[in-house]
Amino acid sequence: IMMETSWSCCTNLGPSGSSLLVTSDMSKLFQKPNFAQLCQQKKKELQGPRRSAKVHAYYGLKSPPYKLDALEPYMSQRTLEMHWGKHHRGYVENLNKQLEKNDTLYGYTMDELIKVTYNNGNPLPEFNNAAQVWNHDFFWESMQPGGGNMPIFDLLQQIEKDFGSFTNFREKFIEASLTLFGSGWVWLVLRRNEKRLAILKTSNAINPLISADIPIISLDMWEHAYYLDYKNDKGKYANVFMDHLVSWNAATVRMARAQAFVNLGEPKIPVA
Amino acid sequence: MALRTLVTRKSLGNLGLGFRQLRGLQTYSLPDLPYDYGALEPAISGEIMQLHHQKHHQAYVTNYNKALEQLDAATAKGDSHTVAKLLSALKFNGGGHINHSIFWKNLAPVKEGGGEPPHGSLGWAIDNHFGSMEVLVQKMNTEGAALQGSGWVWLGVDKELKTLVVQTTENQDPLVSKGANLVPLLGIDVWEHAYYLQYKNVRPDYLKNIWKVINWKFAGEVYAKECP
Repeated sequence: IMMETSWSCCTNLGPSGSSLLVTSDMSKLFQKPNFAQLCQQKKKELQGPRRSAKVHAYYGLKSPPYKLDALEPYMSQRTLEMHWGKHHRGYVENLNKQLEKNDTLYGYTMDELIKVTYNNGNPLPEFNNAAQVWNHDFFWESMQPGGGNMPIFDLLQQIEKDFGSFTNFREKFIEASLTLFGSGWVWLVLRRNEKRLAILKTSNAINPLISADIPIISLDMWEHAYYLDYKNDKGKYANVFMDHLVSWNAATVRMARAQAFVNLGEPKIPVA
Repeated sequence: MALRTLVTRKSLGNLGLGFRQLRGLQTYSLPDLPYDYGALEPAISGEIMQLHHQKHHQAYVTNYNKALEQLDAATAKGDSHTVAKLLSALKFNGGGHINHSIFWKNLAPVKEGGGEPPHGSLGWAIDNHFGSMEVLVQKMNTEGAALQGSGWVWLGVDKELKTLVVQTTENQDPLVSKGANLVPLLGIDVWEHAYYLQYKNVRPDYLKNIWKVINWKFAGEVYAKECP
């Protein structure tokens, strides 16, 4: 998975490299080396550090785990082509362009990059692109062809525990999507502190990684996500997402992984 | 067409927001467009204009009225908790109504003067403050394109300092939220619904083309009133 590849900062030794050279030069001077040696040292100094080649951090555009027409008729191929091919790709390319100019920000995984560029509420310019790259990856994986229906087993039980019933959860999720002002996302998250599921609304590029909550599914409520298919009818889009698109399989996997970090109670060990 | 213009002129007295009193409670209504939906083509498509006006702006008006009604009920009961909860809905929907009411007046078909640069005091002020019209357009386009998410880009005048300003606001925040003395002259909606069906994700193209239907006459009138 290219997105999570760490790049080691092995080549940006420019400034520190040259200062080391200066130090070693000084010590040599006190030892009174011969003239030839001094000339050589000076030459190396003037040439500058050899290994100051620029390193680019590259994040790649990950494809959705299905073909672009696989979500028809609920999310059209045209929307996927625009949304993934133009918007998502644009975020990746712009992020890479920004990172080209900023040496201090490479070597991070995407999750780390988001937290660092969020800068505790005073986001750096890279934050928007980084977060939107992550958000869209998560979103494509939150859907599947033949999605919708209901979760089963543990996830369903947890939803029923935290929302009363699946119907109530579904209602609350759709309500959240309708009452979000402006651009943003609706999330089902597992709250670390409260050890329970909750629905979260975020604006623009913000995601639950900021608040250290664990996202389980997401719905993109930026207008570009639904306008071509549903125009202004947010309600229809949200309902279709719940009925036909949301991948409870992905949610189950994420939930299982989340439980490595959040203790939701006694494990149900089957008795032989 | 003439009747529509008449209605608009009459409602200008109520700031063009078109409200009427009913049982002591103010309700707002969707103002009519002073031109046909297709009149701004090809800069803005008729489909967008119709959706934008009949669906989006109407939704702001409806929800604004609903929030006001709920506010009225809560204030009568002394329910401060509910009042506080309603504030964001009021700002969002009220702002949406205000902003779009100005927006429709900011646009005009080419044959009614759309795109024609301002004469008079506003034209002079623009040249004086920004150097030229091109610089102003460039600045507004840059800021509009750079705006993350949804919002507006404005040309406004500070009525105290008598200076022109270019500002952006997010979501449906009105210009006055950036400064109590700011009066909007021109606003460009950069929410995706304002251009997506026609320009898709290429917001800069939308911004480049909208200047062909900008109604500088209206902006000039507002400016002349604030800076006589």
